[in-house]
Amino acid sequence: MAADESRAGTGREAREAAAERAAIAVRPEEFQHGSSSKREKVFELNGVEVLYSGVSAVKGIALDIHRNDVTALIGPSGCGKSTLLRCLNRMNDLIPGAEVRGELLYHGEDLYGPEVDPVQARKLIGMVFQKPNPFPKSIYDNVAFGPRILGRKEDLDATVERALRGAALWDEVKDRLDSNAFGLSGGQQQRLCIARCIAVEPDTILMDEPCSALDPISTGKIEDLMIELKEEFSIVIVTHNMQQAARVSDRTAFLMVELDADEDNRWGRLVEFDDTEKIFTNPSDQRTEDYVSGKVG
Amino acid sequence: MTMGSERATPRNRLAVAGARATTQAMLRDQPRGDVIRNTLFAALLLLAILIALAGLVALLIQAFAQGASALSIDLFTNGPSSIRPESAGFRPAIIGSLELIAGVILFVVPIGIGAALYLEEYADKTRWWNRLIEVNIQNLAAVPSIIYGILGLSFIVRGPLDLGFVLAAGSLTLALLVLPMVIIAAREAIRAVPDSIRQGSLALGATKWQTIRRQVLPASIPGIVTGVILAVSRALGEAAPLLLVGAAAFVTFDPEPFSGGYTALPVQIYNYATRSQEEFQALAAAGIIVMLVVLLAMNSFAIWLRNRYEQRW
Amino acid sequence: MTRAGDKQAPEPAGDLPRRLRAPSPRYGEKAIQGLLALCGILSVITTTAIVVSLIGPTIGFFEVVSVSEFFGTEWSPQFEPPSFGVLATVAGTLNVTLWCMLFAIPIGLGAAIYLSEYATARVRKTLKPTLEVLAGIPTVAIGFFAVTFILPEIIQPLWPGDFLGGATGKPFMALAASLGIALMIVPIIASLSDDAMSAVPRGLREGAYALGATRAKVATRVVFPAALSGIVASIVLAISRAVGETMIIVLAAGSTPDFTLNPVVSIQAMTSYIAVTATGDIPTGSIAYKSVFAVGSVLFLMTLAMNVISIRLVRRYREVYE
Repeated sequence: MAADESRAGTGREAREAAAERAAIAVRPEEFQHGSSSKREKVFELNGVEVLYSGVSAVKGIALDIHRNDVTALIGPSGCGKSTLLRCLNRMNDLIPGAEVRGELLYHGEDLYGPEVDPVQARKLIGMVFQKPNPFPKSIYDNVAFGPRILGRKEDLDATVERALRGAALWDEVKDRLDSNAFGLSGGQQQRLCIARCIAVEPDTILMDEPCSALDPISTGKIEDLMIELKEEFSIVIVTHNMQQAARVSDRTAFLMVELDADEDNRWGRLVEFDDTEKIFTNPSDQRTEDYVSGKVG
Repeated sequence: MTMGSERATPRNRLAVAGARATTQAMLRDQPRGDVIRNTLFAALLLLAILIALAGLVALLIQAFAQGASALSIDLFTNGPSSIRPESAGFRPAIIGSLELIAGVILFVVPIGIGAALYLEEYADKTRWWNRLIEVNIQNLAAVPSIIYGILGLSFIVRGPLDLGFVLAAGSLTLALLVLPMVIIAAREAIRAVPDSIRQGSLALGATKWQTIRRQVLPASIPGIVTGVILAVSRALGEAAPLLLVGAAAFVTFDPEPFSGGYTALPVQIYNYATRSQEEFQALAAAGIIVMLVVLLAMNSFAIWLRNRYEQRW
Repeated sequence: MTRAGDKQAPEPAGDLPRRLRAPSPRYGEKAIQGLLALCGILSVITTTAIVVSLIGPTIGFFEVVSVSEFFGTEWSPQFEPPSFGVLATVAGTLNVTLWCMLFAIPIGLGAAIYLSEYATARVRKTLKPTLEVLAGIPTVAIGFFAVTFILPEIIQPLWPGDFLGGATGKPFMALAASLGIALMIVPIIASLSDDAMSAVPRGLREGAYALGATRAKVATRVVFPAALSGIVASIVLAISRAVGETMIIVLAAGSTPDFTLNPVVSIQAMTSYIAVTATGDIPTGSIAYKSVFAVGSVLFLMTLAMNVISIRLVRRYREVYE
């Protein structure tokens, strides 16, 4: 633990991160609500910085993401929360000129280590996007796509059914598995994308504003789903909707835009990372309080 | 797209100047004059379109008027004749064209799609060599067809490939001629597949090629096929480059790919058209009718395909 | 959710290093990328081959014919002594192109403005493909149409008497080829200019309409200038097409090299010289044979220059609006 601290970012968040880790180490049971699996960390980030063509998008991020938690990343637009999310399954590799610095451990393994294959990493760490992006294929083929490319072809029907049930979509689509996925409503499409994702059997699911394109009822269904899914998966969600973060997440990270002296460059920085309840009721940082109470942003 | 003052490109300045001129003109002009002028302007525009369409209609009518008398099954079964135009036909030319086209398709489909995939999916646009390839293809699409004839003559018929004046040389020349068209059309079709599909696939742990093979290509097939059809119809109608790579006007046997002389439908039409006897003129017109019917069918199919399978994202 | 147990039974931490490694070196992926790159490079090879095939014989040509003679106006390669003044065929090309553009530009732009600013979406969806069919008609067919219809049925009856030497009784004429080519390139100008004008953002139009501008004013003073580089690009491309056109000129304009811009005479253009000479019985390596390549070089350079201009202009409007 102590070794980690020296590598964390400077200032407040470093101290917080350190205090946070210490807290877990000392009395994990008291610190969280619900299950007792908190001790296992899925991601450990230390001084993570993401740059596009040499310009920082986020800097000095230090946080731990725990197994079977829903961890929410909130903050104003441009604070780099999506950027941060996309380095957790190496989707940033696809952007020319993107670069990730600092330490990013996944179950203790360096996710950006030279031996790590991003394609393999993405099988373990699934992702759901802001806008539902079903493939222009049948519902069945959408879900079966992942297992097929992984060569898991035995019992495909069962896998598809299990994934669709897992995404609470089975009852709505079981009679029209062969119809085009574009015929589904937006909310159904998004749940199909979640089903598609869990059919690959990842251990973590990243969600990038998964409800921002949906109506309130569909949003509610997906939020219920997230709470169910965290029994099995670890979930990291980016959201601009603070109520949503408060409803579904166990832990919340608040990021903010920071400017340099000349206001030429801007980047995202982690302000506070804590239990969701604490962030929304009794944040330790004034900026967090201003943001969650709606004074800024 | 930003139209703010910080992007005062010449184009924006022009547009702003245009808007300003309009506004100023508005404050001066008499509305009644406007109405007349507007109607006149619209009428002129419509006239422009009508002239172009009239040209198309006149071309079709003229071909039918002149060629109807020569339309018969002989066209498809008989070879050319310089003394008996009444029974002369296009059989070797039609077979030659079909073989040429088959070769073109075999060549341009894999290479055209390959080049398009490379440029859209793999090439780093910031590298000068990739930009060079891109500009180069755009330029090749507009190089005169006769220049491809020269290329075919000195590189395919003679020179490095040394195939001789055979049908395969003509086919390869035509393939090089239409390859840029196929690449450009395929690139557009590939670009039309939204990035969210690629990301969705990659996020499931698919490799790049799996994503291309199973998502990008299937989604862009209608656009690519449309492009290939249009390219093939261009190749079908080209005569100029074939004149240089050995398509002879007087071939009485069914051409073979790698030996002997060959001819093609447009070359045969050209030959008949340059003869002064009335019968040969009619024969040329009949050949044009055959060619236009095939081309219109292909074009209509391409348009139908595009409308039928156009994916709305 | 019974899957949780069996899925996570192997502790991820222990199994993980292996699961993050690539299961195979993925040579296939790299090979495919290489193959695709090769397809792209083939286009560069094509251009190189064009240049190489033109340069050799062209140099051979200039070993015999002086540069100053080449840029003369007398072109008679078959005469004795032969004369190789390329300007006669260049003039033939310009003659045809000039008169062609005189008709094609206004008609093409008129059609484009109509399509983009006046036609309803449905009309546009029918008219544009119909026009494009015109661009897809083989040039042999258009050449035949020019010499059997445009020349005897349009130009000769309408031509004002003896003006410029008169039009009656002439079997070939530059103007017939010009009008034929115009028929072919009007759709090119119309279609590409329509694309450029349609790419002008709606906001710009709405801004002008909000000021009370009429449709004609919006079209001519807002949209047209805003799309100018795309429009110019389409015209340059059309000129390049006209300069490179062969069969229409061979069929309708004859093959008489003449240093003139008079539209009612028979001329020979660069393309038709190449087509006619290279198909005739000319021994390989003879000076007449090499002259084909010399003329081809001039033609290639001219069209290259125009294509580059057009490509740059298109890129410029794309940068602004897309």
